[in-house]
Amino acid sequence: MKNAIISAEKLNLIFETADDDVVALKDVSLNIDKGEFVSFIGPSGCGKTTFLRAIASLEKPSSGNLSVNGLSPEEARKKRAYGYVFQAAGLYPWRNIYRNVSLPLEIMGYKKNEIPGIVEKVLKLVDLTGFEKKFPWQLSGGMQQRASIARALSFDADILLMDEPFGALDEIVRDHLNEQLLKLWKTTNKTICFVTHSIPEAVYLSTKIVVMSPRPGRIIDVIENTLPTDRPLEIRDSKEFISVSQRVREGLRSGHSYE
Amino acid sequence: MSENTFINYFKNSFLPILSIVITIFAIWYIFTVYLNSSKQIDAYERKKIDWEFSDLVRDTMSQKKPLLPAPHQIVSEMWKTIFMIKVTSKKSLIFHSYVTLSSTLLGFAIGTILGIILAVSIVENKAMDASLMPWIIASQTIPILAIAPMIIIILNAFGLSGLLPKALISTYLSFFPIAVGMVKGLRSPEISYLDLMHTYNSSRLNVFWKLRLPSSVPYLFASMKVAIAISLVGAIVGELPTGAVAGLGARLLTGSYFGLTIQIWSALVMAAILAGTLIFILNFISRITLKRMGVQE
Amino acid sequence: MNKFQKVQQVIASMMALLALQSSFFYAFNNPALFIISLIALLGVIRIFYDYLNNGLFDFLFSIIGMTILMINVYESPPNGYWPLLISVWLYGWLAVEKITHEKKIAPFYRKLFFIAVPIFFGAWILFAWEVITIGLNIPMVILPSPSLISIQFVDSLDTLWDDFVQTFVRAALTGYLIGCGSAFIVAILIDKSLFLRRGLLPIGNFISAIPIVGIAPIMIMWFGFDWHSKAAVVVIMTFFPMLVNTVTGLSVNNQIDRDLLKTYASSYTQSLILMRLPAAAPFIFNALKINSTLALIGAIIAEFFGSPTVGLGFRISVEVGRLNLDMVWAEIAVAALVGSASYGVISFVEKKITFWHPSNRKTLEN
Ligand SMILES: Nc1ncnc2c1ncn2[C@@H]1O[C@H](COP(=O)(O)OP(=O)(O)OP(=O)(O)O)[C@@H](O)[C@H]1O
Ligand SMILES: [Mg+2]
Repeated sequence: MKNAIISAEKLNLIFETADDDVVALKDVSLNIDKGEFVSFIGPSGCGKTTFLRAIASLEKPSSGNLSVNGLSPEEARKKRAYGYVFQAAGLYPWRNIYRNVSLPLEIMGYKKNEIPGIVEKVLKLVDLTGFEKKFPWQLSGGMQQRASIARALSFDADILLMDEPFGALDEIVRDHLNEQLLKLWKTTNKTICFVTHSIPEAVYLSTKIVVMSPRPGRIIDVIENTLPTDRPLEIRDSKEFISVSQRVREGLRSGHSYE
Repeated sequence: MSENTFINYFKNSFLPILSIVITIFAIWYIFTVYLNSSKQIDAYERKKIDWEFSDLVRDTMSQKKPLLPAPHQIVSEMWKTIFMIKVTSKKSLIFHSYVTLSSTLLGFAIGTILGIILAVSIVENKAMDASLMPWIIASQTIPILAIAPMIIIILNAFGLSGLLPKALISTYLSFFPIAVGMVKGLRSPEISYLDLMHTYNSSRLNVFWKLRLPSSVPYLFASMKVAIAISLVGAIVGELPTGAVAGLGARLLTGSYFGLTIQIWSALVMAAILAGTLIFILNFISRITLKRMGVQE
Repeated sequence: MNKFQKVQQVIASMMALLALQSSFFYAFNNPALFIISLIALLGVIRIFYDYLNNGLFDFLFSIIGMTILMINVYESPPNGYWPLLISVWLYGWLAVEKITHEKKIAPFYRKLFFIAVPIFFGAWILFAWEVITIGLNIPMVILPSPSLISIQFVDSLDTLWDDFVQTFVRAALTGYLIGCGSAFIVAILIDKSLFLRRGLLPIGNFISAIPIVGIAPIMIMWFGFDWHSKAAVVVIMTFFPMLVNTVTGLSVNNQIDRDLLKTYASSYTQSLILMRLPAAAPFIFNALKINSTLALIGAIIAEFFGSPTVGLGFRISVEVGRLNLDMVWAEIAVAALVGSASYGVISFVEKKITFWHPSNRKTLEN
């Protein structure tokens, strides 16, 4: 576990609300190596988003250890290690698509002459070339989500945290973006944490699948994906793919039986 | 739980407000001494009195016509003119507040009724909507208060004086926000609700009573709060040109003629108290009504 | 025609009939009036035969009627004048009724229509005002006619200009800029402190609701009779609405926007400029608009308490005393023009800057 880039040890996170304490994460231990593609899957409310937010230092764990690259999440954030794609697109309505994508670059002080090239490249990646001048509210929900992915890709973060990024997209676009994402991951060697509700998506994309269950949110299974790294879309019909999916489904079921 | 909310309220609301208020008063006192000192020092020198700083502080806070009266001077003046004087007397602040308040309320009431009638006819009649609405919106950008003296004079020419002319200024000021807010409210039901009523084949009257009117109530209350504040301003301003006999506006005017700053300030504070009370009462009524109607805030 | 329109048509024709029967024997003295009375009467036929029944006819008729009535008012109005006036007015209303209920109008004409109708309505108000004040010999002390007011307006352009400069440029504008500017700066300064915001917001709200203009006599004592004291009143009046709106606007941004910038480790200033100020812009403009009216009101009212011998408020109160109501109305016209013009300018800038806000969006391509 030497080159674990994200490592969580007995992580607990409790939300204190007015009438009740919600245990969002309970004793979560997980190591993610550099260059891994990890999918988080589990029923709604099991703490997937919360775990991602804890990694990005948007939530503070109540106890346990969490380190990113040997640093605390806070320090890693200050070093701009994260590209975060939220469940909702969260584009600024007063900036057009180009300026939305260039926003992190402006904040991180990229040189003026570097920015246009980068924006053009990432917009091409998500198939939004030609929409630079449009405003978010002039685009469909799926296009907005793609723009927000482009925004997360625009600066070279080591770690991509993606919270159901493709939830709002139709099947065809989703397949296409899955392929693109896989290609991007292979070429850039980024570490990706990816939340999804879709078993095929999780199996198709990841090297490791983390199955979680709610109340209290915890990890019930970590499945190493045995599929080859070279994955055409057709691989989803293969026997191996189906057997991995089977395991994930069983994990999810056993999580539910606790209730 | 309830104790917790109390503590939270104390910490998040009461304490910050209190400290700001205290700071304002502290600054006020400092300014009282500062602004009134030159006049005081002049007085000392004329009478050839030796003075120390403590004398200065004491005396600047007890001048008769200070540039800025100390808060306690205003309070004691208000105490005197509210509680120590018969309410029928021309010197009673209660009397003057009553005069202003009655024209405020009369004007506000007429304005509200007019505003509602106007809004209903705008919403129910397309021709009215097309021709009137732009003018109503434009009229809000015009400093209407400027015509207050003229209205008073015109109505006097008709032999109308006293309460009604002032009230009409308040009416004039309050009915625009009411009309605009009410139009918004009557139009607030979503298309799906209207469609639902449509599937019941309900009449226009039914749609109005069962859907439009109830959904407009929150808007009505919101604009009533704006309207009552501006009605009060209208009543006070309406008292300025009448030769100033009664009302808070008259107090302001006579105060400014004779340089009676303490009187001006107490009239001002009284006006603020009136405004606060009126809005508080409206808030209270609106809370209860909306709660009964099951509207969530 | 629907029921409502039929009722209008019947009343309009009845009024025309009334006009005709009282002017019948004078028909040759004034053929134009006779003819329009006749047309107005015959219009009732359209209830039974669908002929010349669109709003355009009524519209043109109303305009022609207005013109002829207008010409005839200056020498004592002829017999049957007032019923005919009501009839022509009802035709105008009928025109608007019919066109608003017309389903199949090209979008261009619909747009034109929604600009034309309010103008038509305004013209009618002016026309009625003129005709009634002249025709009924209403004394100028009560209500001068628009023509008298405009003559007075043109005659006293110099005075009006001086008053405009004194009250608007010097007092209102200066006060407005200082008041709004300082409130904005204070809002930014207290933005970091939750404690201060919690304390100042309710106080600011309260002060926004009280009749602050009353502070005018005090300001006159402090800053003298000239425009400085009026500007001071305006500063105080505009400060609190701006403060409250800016503080509220700065705290409305949503969770995702905030989290996003946090993952970029952006600095406080960066998130202020890149996210929170743009998000607060609609609130800030709202305050700027409210304040534009407040500033003018404050400057005018403050002059009622004492001023040099120039200024809108000064002139109004003096001329009201002298019963020169035409001059008063000319001053009010200036105030109205200035008020709506400044509001218009601010709204224009707002539309340019907050074009993205749902209330301003024009093109939705979904
Ligand atoms: N700010 C908060 N305050 C209180 N409770 C919270 C907060 N955020 C999340 N929770 C609770 O923590 C638990 C985990 O939430 P989380 O958002 O991580 O779920 P999730 O797995 O992402 O669900 P979904 O698939 O629906 O997005 C839930 O029970 C939720 O109610
Ligand atoms: Mg989630």
